[in-house]
Amino acid sequence: MSIATSTEPHSAESEIPDRPRTLAEKVWDAHVVTKGENGQPDLVYIDLHLVHEVTSPQAFDGLRQAGRPVRRPDLTIATEDHNTPTLAIDRPIADLTSRTQIETLRRNAEEFGIRLHPLGDVEQGIVHVVGPQLGLTMPGITVVCGDSHTSTHGAFGAMAFGIGTSEVEHVLATQTLPLKPFKTMAITVEGELRPGVTAKDIILAVIAKIGTGGGQGYVLEYRGSAIRSLSMEGRMTICNMSIEAGARAGMVGPDETTFAYVKGRAHAPEGEDWDAAVEYWKTLATDEGAAFDAEVFIDAAELEPFVTWGTNPGQGVSLSEAVPDPAQYVDPNDQAAAQRALDYMDLEPGTPMKDIRVDAVFMGSCTNSRIEDLRAFASIVKGRRKADHVRVMVVPGSARVRLEAEAEGLDKVFEEFGAEWRFAGCSMCLGMNPDQLAPGERCASTSNRNFEGRQGKGGRTHLVSPLVAAATAIRGTLSSPWDLETAGEEAR
Amino acid sequence: MEKISVIEGVAVPFRRSNVDTDQIIPAVFLKRVTKTGFEDALFHGWRQDPDFILNRPEYAEPRILIAGPDFGTGSSREHAVWALRDFGFRAVISPRFADIFRGNSGKQGLLTGTIAEEQVMELWDRLEAEPGMSARVDLVEKTVTVGELSFEFDIDDYTRWRLLEGLDDIGLTLRDEARITEFEGSRESWRPRTLPVR
Ligand code: SF4
Repeated sequence: MSIATSTEPHSAESEIPDRPRTLAEKVWDAHVVTKGENGQPDLVYIDLHLVHEVTSPQAFDGLRQAGRPVRRPDLTIATEDHNTPTLAIDRPIADLTSRTQIETLRRNAEEFGIRLHPLGDVEQGIVHVVGPQLGLTMPGITVVCGDSHTSTHGAFGAMAFGIGTSEVEHVLATQTLPLKPFKTMAITVEGELRPGVTAKDIILAVIAKIGTGGGQGYVLEYRGSAIRSLSMEGRMTICNMSIEAGARAGMVGPDETTFAYVKGRAHAPEGEDWDAAVEYWKTLATDEGAAFDAEVFIDAAELEPFVTWGTNPGQGVSLSEAVPDPAQYVDPNDQAAAQRALDYMDLEPGTPMKDIRVDAVFMGSCTNSRIEDLRAFASIVKGRRKADHVRVMVVPGSARVRLEAEAEGLDKVFEEFGAEWRFAGCSMCLGMNPDQLAPGERCASTSNRNFEGRQGKGGRTHLVSPLVAAATAIRGTLSSPWDLETAGEEAR
Repeated sequence: MEKISVIEGVAVPFRRSNVDTDQIIPAVFLKRVTKTGFEDALFHGWRQDPDFILNRPEYAEPRILIAGPDFGTGSSREHAVWALRDFGFRAVISPRFADIFRGNSGKQGLLTGTIAEEQVMELWDRLEAEPGMSARVDLVEKTVTVGELSFEFDIDDYTRWRLLEGLDDIGLTLRDEARITEFEGSRESWRPRTLPVR
């Protein structure tokens, strides 16, 4: 019997092919510890492991059972986000399960020597906001976390993907993962975005185009002039939702925008290290002539503010369109899925999206809760009042983002607008903490998943950008910033 | 993971087919934060019935489960394997297993072997004639033996090898530990470090 776990020495160096390579291939090749043979996976080194309270307890318990330490506590960092309340954070967490998960993480971090940013700490927040903000996320590294939205970190030109609890244990114990290489897909977005159209609209349009399974097995590389012109926050928004297209990861080639974002952050390289890093990072761009396994093209100039009407992120249309008729789908499965979605969402085919009245607006989540997102939201709501019937919640992605926003006076803008200004966490992105929709409530949300019950049992979610969330909060129906001008509602 | 070559102990004639993982462990138990201590959750619904086989004193300390076809179907929860293991089971013999359950079992050190359905029925009859009797599962010979009955079971070579060697996924990777250490030696100094706190 032959077991190929590569006891044969195999230098990773010698494996690097002499042909044009994609960004994803370059990062992969640089992390192969042992090359798998006979269809066995490669053993891939992990540079950065992010940990949170929900998917880690059994992994630590597994280590304890086997008497294994954490191999590299210095490449591991933990924070609390999914279960944490966003009000009265100094009081004990009311829900027992949530409290147990948080307390378990604290005990595990202590026992295994892992750095933890608990509730109340300035670096606490959504794990995917914390990594970049500390300067830990950088180009050319591998990042994993027991959370599917780890794809966010790909915005820096890192290879970043979500893993399951058994894999979390594997990384804690070995700092590696056995993995088979992913396929690559180029998503090229060329042209100039119109004012009011943002990164969120690009990714919602991409998912509507390729479908929620379209990216399965692929690493998506976002390219083209429209992507290049985005800020790091915008790129993170796009990579974040790669998983919603079924992809393992999303990536953007690092450039001056990336370097400028990383430079000077607490854990960014300094001095000679910085120079060496940048020199290397500049070599990571996909080579001219490198082959992708699949390619998709999008014309940025054609995009409009986008919104979902259904119960998966692929069920979206431009805001200027209407709720689709399930009869328009050829595939009977799609037809049935659309009908089920409309029933759940309580929508009639043909209803203009802009006539849909919402009960709540949620501004937050790892997709859109960084400082730039809050600024974008504030730029629209400043000096205005929200529609009376709408509840508006603004939740910063991390405690540090909250401080930054307050230093800029954004909290005042939100409060004068009539919005609730909360503490950092996943909040209403998922119904795991006190922030939830009531059954039947309809919400315009800057988060990433509109699954049935995602924001609370029976809640109805429309995914939107921060600008659309702001315009919707003002008008009380799904709206784009364009509607504010044309409707003459420019109160200022 | 413990090395397994021979498992000997009380065998349970489990006259049920299509035992899905929701039956093995209901969803309410998935909120726990440990990987052990699931013995109370195993077959929680069925154990409410005092006549359920695992409630009988002869089967208080079982080691081997002889089940009907399609064991472990449904949800992929690893907890199903943990619960069986925590209850004391070290091997499950069935004519057919769900793929994911079988994969999870192999990773967690629970032996799963397949034999023909008629052979399972013969074992059931034999075990029921003498409740609480022992069986012997020999992974080296790939046999399951109850009294005078002995059958060869199927298990894939790779899983068998891992169980014989006591290697879980992590154990397997750590066989390459020298390579990992060597790789770490060549990592550039600009790569991120979470410690010390800056
Ligand atoms: S904000 Fe939402 S999607 Fe992001 S990590 Fe938290 S729960 Fe997951």
